[in-house]
Amino acid sequence: MAGRLKATKKMKRIMRNYYMEAKYSKYLGKKVAWITSGGPVEPLIAMGVIPVYPENHGAMIGASKMGGRLSEYAEGLGYSQDVCSYVKDDITSSITKESPIKGGLPEPDMLICSNNICGTVLKWYEIQARKFNVPLFIYDTPFVHTEFTDEARDYVNEQTKEYIRFLEKTLGKKFNYKKMNLVGKRSLHAMKLWKEVLNTAAHKPSPMTAFDAFFHLALIVTLRGKKIVITYYQSLLKELQERNKQNIGAVDNEKYRLLWDNLPIWFRMRWLSEKFASHNAALVADTYTQAWCGVIDYIDENDFLGTMGEAYTRIHLNVGVDQMADTIKGFILQYDVDGLVMHSNRSCKPYSFGQYDIQNLIKEMDIPVLMIESDMTDDRKFAESQVEARIDAFMEVIKQKRKEKSEG
Amino acid sequence: MLTLGLDIGSLTAKGVLFDNGSIVEKHLIQVGYNSKNAADKLMEELLAKASVTSSDIKKVIATGYGRNSIDFADKSVSEIICHGKGIHFLLPDIRTIIDIGGQDSKVILLDEKGTVVNFVMNDKCAAGTGRFLDVMARAMETEIQHFGELSLKGKNPSKISSVCTVFAESEIISLVAKGENREDITSGIHLSIARRIVSMVKRVGLVTPVAMSGGVALNIGVIDALQKLLKTTVKTTPLAQYGGALGAALLAQEID
Repeated sequence: MAGRLKATKKMKRIMRNYYMEAKYSKYLGKKVAWITSGGPVEPLIAMGVIPVYPENHGAMIGASKMGGRLSEYAEGLGYSQDVCSYVKDDITSSITKESPIKGGLPEPDMLICSNNICGTVLKWYEIQARKFNVPLFIYDTPFVHTEFTDEARDYVNEQTKEYIRFLEKTLGKKFNYKKMNLVGKRSLHAMKLWKEVLNTAAHKPSPMTAFDAFFHLALIVTLRGKKIVITYYQSLLKELQERNKQNIGAVDNEKYRLLWDNLPIWFRMRWLSEKFASHNAALVADTYTQAWCGVIDYIDENDFLGTMGEAYTRIHLNVGVDQMADTIKGFILQYDVDGLVMHSNRSCKPYSFGQYDIQNLIKEMDIPVLMIESDMTDDRKFAESQVEARIDAFMEVIKQKRKEKSEG
Repeated sequence: MLTLGLDIGSLTAKGVLFDNGSIVEKHLIQVGYNSKNAADKLMEELLAKASVTSSDIKKVIATGYGRNSIDFADKSVSEIICHGKGIHFLLPDIRTIIDIGGQDSKVILLDEKGTVVNFVMNDKCAAGTGRFLDVMARAMETEIQHFGELSLKGKNPSKISSVCTVFAESEIISLVAKGENREDITSGIHLSIARRIVSMVKRVGLVTPVAMSGGVALNIGVIDALQKLLKTTVKTTPLAQYGGALGAALLAQEID
């Protein structure tokens, strides 16, 4: 057995220090901004603001199996069962201070919201802006149905300028373009490294699984633009390359390779990983963690501010299903997978809506597709024996297909 | 070689003994709350019925929701593969199988050789499952055995719009209050479940000929509604309820 990646320990330390710094920001004379997971964080880093991600916090709440309880509390306040569980977890935690982090998230001095991941974030951040009585900046990214137009480019670039003015006004100081230049380069460097990390999984056997990717993702989400992200991913990459050299697979005796679509089921990571491993199956890649390196080609490292608008607009969740299906087809070939596992996530509508269309669009790839109905953090939405029955049947179909192929 | 296939579902447990290319004996009991006890009882009664002892059985495969609780099974296999195998044995030309189980409904696509190439199962909701029919039959105070026949007598099927088992029950109460007749309401109930199943069939893509496996295949009303909506014949066999157990017994023949 390959065991845990050594980098895991280091990662935990970095994340702990990051949250400590954020918690004690006031004593350090620093400001805290809450920001959506797909939001443009680099200008914040350039201005020395500490970005805090309620969605990352939501993932931690989910992994700590607190999601169902926190969602239930929010439903008691009147939020619908159908509202995203990250939203409900955050709203509850900001009231009750229940959290895997002692005392919950540090309170924000400002809120940065981009709707490139969904429309729900707009209302979520408006609610929190009222609660904390802090300024809110919305970075509005038009949906890319088929192509990214010049008008769309002008529209988002204008908002980048507005964003800078917002930061200057809120922080009471001039924007640091020199630092921004450095942060932009580091951010792009980190994304490229993250892509390389994920690419190592194309090796057979794969040195990492999507479950590893879900964990190691935290840094590229929260701190991209900081040097520590680069050094961390460099060491992780080295460890994975070393595994590949020695043909050490993350899953013992890997026979089948799978692709995951949608956010993880945070509270069932271990169960799912063991369930698939018991079939000698490794989830070698996923569409979710790839989202943080999917737009590298649109960024000019010498003009980060001028190109980030397009990059942030073109992310996986802000494009039409045709393009999403093309991305998935690419991964199926790149990682040479035997099957696709789609998590139909009650919380994440933009990710789950269209999954059946995507299934139709990728029919030519001729791989079995499994649908798992659940939620990223709300454990009330997971039925173990039903999911188990589906996974077993799915794996048997894959095994049978492999057998047929080998028998010609 | 005498093999045993056990299908321990959420409502009923089925057992099939197989040898020399044909079914030796079959048996069915209600599960109750303990699937392990049900399997023991099923086994005992089946052996007595066939006048064989457990040592005569060479291999055992278990399937269904209780498959992992059967400690004397050599292997457990999911229902999808078992139903595919069982129905292919009984009706070799079938390409699409519809199985409405107690908790799960599934549509299974086979290739010409009877190999499962794709399948779809219902989402987490019980609306398109056998449980829906059970609840509705009770609401209509009809024995489940006569439920299908009753539906055939409906001339203007009532509109059941709720897809939720619980809400559909209250919808029926209000239809009764409005004075709609039993036959029409029952007919509407059967069309409602068939619509759920048809959307699953469309998801995998309909390939004819189609057959139904599982206990609900005995319900003539469901077959009729499915045929109307799919615009094709839906075949079945008197042994449909044993499709999964038979498939398991057949797969047990292949164990080395």
